[in-house]
Amino acid sequence: MKKSAFLGTAVAATLVAGASFAGTLEDVKAKGHVQCGVSTGLVGFAAADANGNWDGFDVSVCRALAAAVLGDPQAVKFTPTTGKTRFTALASGEVDVLARNTTWTFSRDVDLKFTFIGVNYYDGQGFMVPKALGVSSAKDLDGATVCIQTGTTTELNLADFFRTNNISYEPVPIETNAEAQAQYLAGACDVYTTDASGLAATRATFESPAEHTVLPEIISKEPLGPLVRHGDDQWADIVRWTLNALIAAEELGVTSANVKDSAMSAGKNPEVNRLLGTEGNLGEMLGLSADWAKNAIAAGGNYGEIFERNIGEKTAIGISRGLNAQWTNGGLLYTPPFR
Amino acid sequence: MSTLSDPPKEGFKISQLIYDTRYRSMTIQVIALILFLLAVGWLATNAARNLAELGKPLGFGFLAERAGYDINQKLIEYNSDSSHIRAAFAGVLNTLLVAFLGCLTATVVGVLIGVLRLSKNWLISKMMTIYIEGFRNVPVLLWILVVFGIMIEVTPPPKAFKGENPEAAMTLFDSVAITNQGVFIPRLSFTEFGWGYIIALLIAIFGIRWITKKAKAKQIETGIYPHTFLYKLAAFMVPLLACYFISNVFTKNQDRDFLVRSSGQITTLADMASADERFDYCLVGGNAGSLKGLSVLEEAGVTVRRKKFVTEKGALSDFSKEKCNVISVRESEADEIMAQSRLDKLGTDGTISRTVADFTTGNNIQVDTPELTKKGIPRFEGGTHIRNSLIALWFALSLYTAAFIAETVRSGIQAISKGQTEAAAALGLRSGRIMSLVVLPQALRVIIPPMISQYLNLTKNSSLAIAVGYMDITGTLGGITLNQTGREMECLIILMAIYLVISLTISGIMNWYNERVKLKER
Ligand SMILES: N[C@@H](CCC(=O)N[C@@H](CS)C(=O)NCC(=O)O)C(=O)O
Repeated sequence: MKKSAFLGTAVAATLVAGASFAGTLEDVKAKGHVQCGVSTGLVGFAAADANGNWDGFDVSVCRALAAAVLGDPQAVKFTPTTGKTRFTALASGEVDVLARNTTWTFSRDVDLKFTFIGVNYYDGQGFMVPKALGVSSAKDLDGATVCIQTGTTTELNLADFFRTNNISYEPVPIETNAEAQAQYLAGACDVYTTDASGLAATRATFESPAEHTVLPEIISKEPLGPLVRHGDDQWADIVRWTLNALIAAEELGVTSANVKDSAMSAGKNPEVNRLLGTEGNLGEMLGLSADWAKNAIAAGGNYGEIFERNIGEKTAIGISRGLNAQWTNGGLLYTPPFR
Repeated sequence: MSTLSDPPKEGFKISQLIYDTRYRSMTIQVIALILFLLAVGWLATNAARNLAELGKPLGFGFLAERAGYDINQKLIEYNSDSSHIRAAFAGVLNTLLVAFLGCLTATVVGVLIGVLRLSKNWLISKMMTIYIEGFRNVPVLLWILVVFGIMIEVTPPPKAFKGENPEAAMTLFDSVAITNQGVFIPRLSFTEFGWGYIIALLIAIFGIRWITKKAKAKQIETGIYPHTFLYKLAAFMVPLLACYFISNVFTKNQDRDFLVRSSGQITTLADMASADERFDYCLVGGNAGSLKGLSVLEEAGVTVRRKKFVTEKGALSDFSKEKCNVISVRESEADEIMAQSRLDKLGTDGTISRTVADFTTGNNIQVDTPELTKKGIPRFEGGTHIRNSLIALWFALSLYTAAFIAETVRSGIQAISKGQTEAAAALGLRSGRIMSLVVLPQALRVIIPPMISQYLNLTKNSSLAIAVGYMDITGTLGGITLNQTGREMECLIILMAIYLVISLTISGIMNWYNERVKLKER
């Protein structure tokens, strides 16, 4: 709670004392783990179990990264961040990478000086209401009390949506998803709004999910992806191509089941060979070992496997691939070639 | 004849700066100052250079940009189109509000408990001890969260008030609604003559003080303190009543009109009631005329949605921007406002028409009572909305600080020698009067200085507001603005400056008060 102010002070202090953040790869290798900023707890995306083991869709990106860089998917330490504290945590160097349903926006990329390395989930902002409220469209929400997480694009989209549609609302600013959930379930807010994926994940944890509905309106574009600090291009490349490797693996049919065998010796598909390091020297170009992508894929499978295991249709969250299908299946996932 | 010659003038030697005691302390101070300034300069240039290297040179231009977010509790006109600086200002006012309410409540509760703790009644004094120890030894953040949690989980949601046999009901003659979205209480609405009551109140206060002075003089002269209650009551009531009746002379016959922006021509209330359009009424909070307009519309069967504004100017501005389309104005100003709104109208298709509805402002004080909405999402409309976040912060901060104030008061009272009490008792004073006339006035001198730091603590602790989403200055400038603009350095500098100014002002006022009550030594 006071953490954002604290982190803000930390950034200010770092700025005053002077420090520079180049050479993240060397730092990571030296300390032997990747410090990954995740959300404070959003089932399916990033949540810690009773033993403190983190799992989820965003967490998998961190694990793949750790496997690619250090050869060990467990060599990750997680820092839970709220919508408010995440950027200061990254800017101050507390985390090496932020993988926390963060929307890629112009000002975050350009003005806040971060580098978004890609999109791992194409999303949009939605509204969830109890069915008993009898509301079927977001335009009927006049006067509603709305829970929002502060420091997010959500609160800005929300203000714009209500102002352009000339309807009034009562914002209740909240720090974490857990607090929002408590207030929403108690009826202290009529509506909970955030990324549609977050709504699905939140609803899945309710006692009776069927009593709540997500309204049809999606009011924004929320391309969510991992990000790193500006200015360390090598590190940005590593994170970018690790994510790309996961996506390419799905497209090329490399799975956690067959990746070990495929990486033994060069196969028929030259792109698979280059990806898995049996041909060419892509790993070396990144400053990593030749089997970096093999390790990343072996950590939790390719993009499709990660999706299905954490948030897919067979899980309680039950999100269909939609926009997040491969381009060959009518989705938006399209990774540049490995060559 | 001998001439007295001056002692030979010794030249000033540099070494004197260190070895000569006349200069030494000065030298040390100058050196310390230079070192300090150098350190500050080094930190500042370093920060500036690092920021520039990061591509974020120090600049405050972002404050003028559009904030883009909404604030729920605002004491000044603000919407998402306003600037960051306005958001910061709204935040400062919220900080001051909770600090003021908190200090006031903490003082009242604290003094009461401090006095009761010294009570001879064993049970009462032990209960007060428990209160003090309980509150002092648990972090205030916890208390804030506890109160907030209770407000949300224990009180009913607004929908519980709905239906034939509602589970919950309003209290205090159906005027107060306690819900988990906040407490709604009636609100007094005034006309443009509202400021007259402030003047009347000042007159009343001066009148009462004058009567007290006269009575004291009489007591000194004759030894008998005259009965003043009735005079004081009169001094209090007469100015207020006078203001009420005089204002009413003007407002009873003050004609009002509606300005309606719509696609068709709307000249009567019947037109409005039958129009197939959504009407948003620009309601100025606490304004009797605006409130009267709303009730006229409702009586005529026109369904309107309320859009609340803090000032008439804010309402008119949003009316021009088509953010609301019905407004009630004084007839004398209607033409001018219409012309202005037409000028301001930015690419609209609607026309503005003047709806003639025969009504006047009426009473210059009107009560806006909260009521449950009949259509749409069940919620309370009207009155003043005291949000849970404010309640949690206000209660927890005051009860917590009251524990410290109670201890201050107790020690202050105990510092007054027992002889004073005994002497007063010997004069035949009752124990209540001994406390208020003899002990407390003396104890005040001991109490006030530590009290200043309690007030400062409370004010600074109010920055825990973000824990419950109260939009104070740390929530607006130090929270959302900082986060959305990424201007950590600038926001924190301003934040620190604001807290500094608030703290210095509080201690300034308290020190002035302390000077006044302090023992005057002659
Ligand atoms: N995508 C938006 C919103 C991100 C966000 O706050 N998401 C929520 C719900 S989807 C979340 O991750 N909450 C987890 C937590 O409270 O830590 C942004 O980048 O500003």
